[in-house]
Amino acid sequence: MSLLEVDDLHVSFSTPDGVLRAVRGISFAVDPGETLGIVGESGSGKSVSTQTIVGLTQGARISGTARFEGKDLLTMSESELRTVRGAEIAMIFQDPLSSLHPHYRVGWQIVEMIRAHEAVSKKEARKRAVELLGLVGIPSPSQRVDDFPHQFSGGMRQRAMIAMALALNPKLLIADEPTTALDVTVQAQIMALIKRLQKEFGTAVIMITHDLGIIADIADRVMVMYAGKPMEYTDKRTLYHQPHHPYTEGLIGSLPQQGGRGSPLKSIPGLPPSLLRVPKGCPFHPRCVYAMDRCAGEEPPMRQVSGGLDHRSACWLPPEAVGTTTDIVVTRQELARQGRSSAQEESA
Amino acid sequence: MLRFLVRRVIFGVVVLWIVATVVFAMYFIAPHDVARTLAGRQANAETVAAIRHNLGLDRPILSQYGSFLWKALHGNLGYSYSNSESVTSLIGHGLPVTVSLVVGGALLWLVLGVTTGVLAATRPRSVVDRTTTGFALFFYSMPTFLLGEVLLLLLFFRLHLVGIDWFPGAGFVPFSENPLQWARYLILPWLTIALVTAATYIRLTRGSMLEVMGEDYIRTARAKGLRKRRVIYRHGLRAAITPVLTQFGIDVGTLLGGAIVTENVFGLPGLGQLVISSLAKQDLPTVIGLVLLASAFVVVANIIVDILYSVLDARVRLS
Ligand SMILES: Nc1ncnc2c1ncn2[C@@H]1O[C@H](COP(=O)(O)OP(=O)(O)O)[C@@H](O)[C@H]1O
Ligand SMILES: [Mg+2]
Repeated sequence: MSLLEVDDLHVSFSTPDGVLRAVRGISFAVDPGETLGIVGESGSGKSVSTQTIVGLTQGARISGTARFEGKDLLTMSESELRTVRGAEIAMIFQDPLSSLHPHYRVGWQIVEMIRAHEAVSKKEARKRAVELLGLVGIPSPSQRVDDFPHQFSGGMRQRAMIAMALALNPKLLIADEPTTALDVTVQAQIMALIKRLQKEFGTAVIMITHDLGIIADIADRVMVMYAGKPMEYTDKRTLYHQPHHPYTEGLIGSLPQQGGRGSPLKSIPGLPPSLLRVPKGCPFHPRCVYAMDRCAGEEPPMRQVSGGLDHRSACWLPPEAVGTTTDIVVTRQELARQGRSSAQEESA
Repeated sequence: MLRFLVRRVIFGVVVLWIVATVVFAMYFIAPHDVARTLAGRQANAETVAAIRHNLGLDRPILSQYGSFLWKALHGNLGYSYSNSESVTSLIGHGLPVTVSLVVGGALLWLVLGVTTGVLAATRPRSVVDRTTTGFALFFYSMPTFLLGEVLLLLLFFRLHLVGIDWFPGAGFVPFSENPLQWARYLILPWLTIALVTAATYIRLTRGSMLEVMGEDYIRTARAKGLRKRRVIYRHGLRAAITPVLTQFGIDVGTLLGGAIVTENVFGLPGLGQLVISSLAKQDLPTVIGLVLLASAFVVVANIIVDILYSVLDARVRLS
């Protein structure tokens, strides 16, 4: 059984400008100890979907199910959910400075986490806080435990957040762009730390990022999101070597090492659509180089494609059109051209 | 941090010195010749001159200024023109009354304002929010004297007519004499001051809380699985309270110089009443003493607020 199974999750907010549909039907599963990568440009609904699962989204219309060890988190009572949050599912966030309370000492914040879920003395909890800070690589933890967050460096703050998140040995860690706000050198250290602790504790991880490079580092399976929808869902190898969705191809194309020496970075032209008015058809079609007539009229469902065993993609290109080699790209372009001209013939 | 506080204290002293200088100048731009006024209409020139000499008004200005500052520094604010009493002792009578009124009222409005503000902020646009905002605005837009009179009419006069004397209409009993009576005489004035002022604190708390509750560290607190109350008070209010307490310090400091309207409506013999009567009698030394005292309260309140700020915020304290 999967540790977490999300099925057809929808989240929308009513805003002064209308209904904002932030998440429009996503499904995924995370097995114990496994790492799921969720990747997509900023605003594609990654944070909203994961925060909704643990009940952190306020004032939203939510539908679907999110079963954690078989129990649906979305219909749980607030008090039941509270025992899961922090203890079973922990989270770390993008900006470790603003995510820690500025008025409380780092140790105090870890102690609070422990004592919210376990009946231990303050002294005992503090001892564990010091141990945890040592575990995540804070130097002289028995002194730094009494520091305020602003006395820590950016990397140390994220280490402290990780210490707090792992304090109760949760089964699942949701890491929402944990390195985005950090320096490049520190990024690598934090990723290494998460990987080490994951192995040590057997924690499952959902790693959210807009950077496919990070996914390559850590994920087992990957979900690519765009405009609140899943675009492609598969294992990491397949994603890199046999991608199906043109959006995934675009993300791979914008990776620095893919361009090779001297060749400029390609980023996907255009911007994601407003979630208040998502275009008809495939949400990616206005930016897609392979867009066919069908793409503008009909929204492609997630369906099985041929890159790997469990490889799903929401694109009208034929299921066999996977891969990134020049051949495949040419074939796809040819198919797309046919898709456009056949419609022209019909209308003529 | 310490350097900052020393700077603030020096700045406060300079402000007080400027205030003292300005009020000293009032002696000379006063509309009347003080000595003549004191001497009475029938007095001849010699009497007036004698009085002038007694008051030291015939000495060079600078020497007068020097001795004025010197005496004020030692708590000697001279003698009242109209009462045969030192200004210091007049203030000594009024101060306990005003302090009783202001401290009680302030605690009441702080508790009222902050709890209501938190309630409104945690349920924005709800019935609770709208009702409290409505009430707050109602009392906020009401003049203090009107609210005082209405409370008197309803809770003193009406009840008095039917033989219930829970709330006295006017007067003051010192705390040291009888704490219960002290409180009984002050309930209506406290209510008046608190209701009029609470609105500001509701709005301040609500706004500050709404901002704080959207912060990332509140999301962290909720992600930790803490109870809602703990998230709101230990995490939210802890961060949101700073601007509220800043305003509180300044408001209390200002009112301690005399809550003129409330004292007047409820016949409380505090500093506010003293301000009114000494102005009416053109009792210049008393007026000057009260102005100096009120300024000192404001200056001290500001320094306390600064200290409080650094106590409340580690980022300020440790920088
Ligand atoms: N509380 C909210 N109210 C209204 N819109 C929101 C709210 N939270 C997020 N959104 C919107 O939902 C969309 C998805 O946001 P998010 O999940 O944060 O994206 P990502 O994490 O992928 O960058 C964005 O357009 C964002 O503006
Ligand atoms: Mg995000």
